[in-house]
Amino acid sequence: MSAAPALHLSGRATIDGMPIFGPVSVEAPAGEWTCLLGPSGVGKSTVLRLLAGVGDELAFEGEVAAGDGSSLDNRVALMAQSDLLMPWLDVTANVTLGARLRGDAPPRDRARDVLERVGLAAHSAKRPHALSGGQRQRAALARTLMEDRPVVLLDEPFSALDARSRALMQDLAAELLAGRTVLHVTHDAAEAARLGHHVLLMTREGIASVTPPAGPTPRVYDAPETLAFQGRLLRLLMEAR
Amino acid sequence: MKRAVRIAGVAILGLLAWQAVVTLAELPRFILPGPVLVFGTLWTSKALVAEHAVVTAIEVLVGLGLGGILGFASAILLAVSPLARSLLRPMFVFTQAVPVFALAPILTLWLGYGLWSKVAMAMLIIYFPVTSAFFDALMRTPPGWLDLARVMTATPGRTLWRIRVPAAMPGFASGLRLAAVYAPIGAIIGEWVGASKGLGYLMLLANGRAKIDLMFAALIVLAVLTLLLHAAVDAACRRLWGS
Ligand SMILES: Nc1ncnc2c1ncn2[C@@H]1O[C@H](COP(=O)(O)OP(=O)(O)OP(=O)(O)O)[C@@H](O)[C@H]1O
Ligand SMILES: [Mg+2]
Repeated sequence: MSAAPALHLSGRATIDGMPIFGPVSVEAPAGEWTCLLGPSGVGKSTVLRLLAGVGDELAFEGEVAAGDGSSLDNRVALMAQSDLLMPWLDVTANVTLGARLRGDAPPRDRARDVLERVGLAAHSAKRPHALSGGQRQRAALARTLMEDRPVVLLDEPFSALDARSRALMQDLAAELLAGRTVLHVTHDAAEAARLGHHVLLMTREGIASVTPPAGPTPRVYDAPETLAFQGRLLRLLMEAR
Repeated sequence: MKRAVRIAGVAILGLLAWQAVVTLAELPRFILPGPVLVFGTLWTSKALVAEHAVVTAIEVLVGLGLGGILGFASAILLAVSPLARSLLRPMFVFTQAVPVFALAPILTLWLGYGLWSKVAMAMLIIYFPVTSAFFDALMRTPPGWLDLARVMTATPGRTLWRIRVPAAMPGFASGLRLAAVYAPIGAIIGEWVGASKGLGYLMLLANGRAKIDLMFAALIVLAVLTLLLHAAVDAACRRLWGS
């Protein structure tokens, strides 16, 4: 993996003249985990799509760039809000899709390893239709972890999980993605409070940075500082227009 | 099982109604023979009917196979090449405006009285439904999958073969299902125009000799062949692509 660059996006986006967001400015420092927290419909997924270079339907006025000045092509992994598993492939083939789309040999051993870590080892030969919603989401997470890209964009990666596996997957993602530039969209204040080195609050008024407690991440989910920060984020969300 | 019982029930009711009309209206056997007579004839001429049925079945299967391959390839060409789309699509519509029936004599002239004029007829008649069903499906790949492929830096070729084509296989399957019903029509038209074998030929022959019971026997065998073919294609599509 090459060195992880910082991410920068500033500007405003419209579709067919309808404003989606902005003007806003999003900064995700190099090699760190940034959470983008905000209510439904403010444009969080749209920000990720623009950074991933797939927002063709959008008219965007502004700038998308990497901190090192190079293009972001080939350096981004995206876990979209829907799992996008291919129904004709089993779980192993789904998580090795990237390699096969690039013409590389599918890294089966690593796939087995990652599937083991996300708790899908026993389901690796199943097709997606035979998985539960949470299992599908973990398969999509595994596929994203397999990509080994310096920039990782996660759109609500844990939303379908129960509280326990959510906390476990958060720990796993934090471990496996350490050192990469992660931009993690969520509408869950508790999740942002656990994971973010930086937390950006996106509301209809724009984007504000909220400073999390010092110390390593993932933060202990029931530590007083974590809970206090979670409460503060929730209050900011509630008080936003 | 329930479905089989229902189908059998409907078939028996239909046959009873058919026999009742024939018996009550005292229709002569050269106008409409009853099912008892038709099945009797089918039994006594089973070797003859089977010989012609095999010929028609081969024409239909070869036509379906080749037409399916041609439709598959054409849809892919249209999907990947905007140039091919702009050039060929108006031509497709035009060829559909020409009744295939009118082409049968020409095909017989070009390809002779044997297998290939019937195969060509069957291919001609199924080509459009297969191509258009598959092409439409190829153009409707869910955009999220295409975005994913782009972020994963897939080449267009690999996106096509690993995502667009498999995602469109249900569309190809529905084209093939239609084709299974149309292909026998093509083969029969071909046989009517010029043949010395096949169920269509047998029907013409029987008709000319006022053997209406034999004609109906051939017709029933043709219908059963078509239903079996459709069921087989349907089962194969379900097995392969789950839809
Ligand atoms: N293709 C589209 N055409 C028109 N409007 C769109 C389109 N996609 C998104 N929008 C609008 O853009 C706004 C932002 O959408 P986006 O998906 O980015 O929101 P989000 O913050 O990710 O919300 P959520 O938390 O519910 O996922 C929404 O109001 C949505 O209705
Ligand atoms: Mg979203």
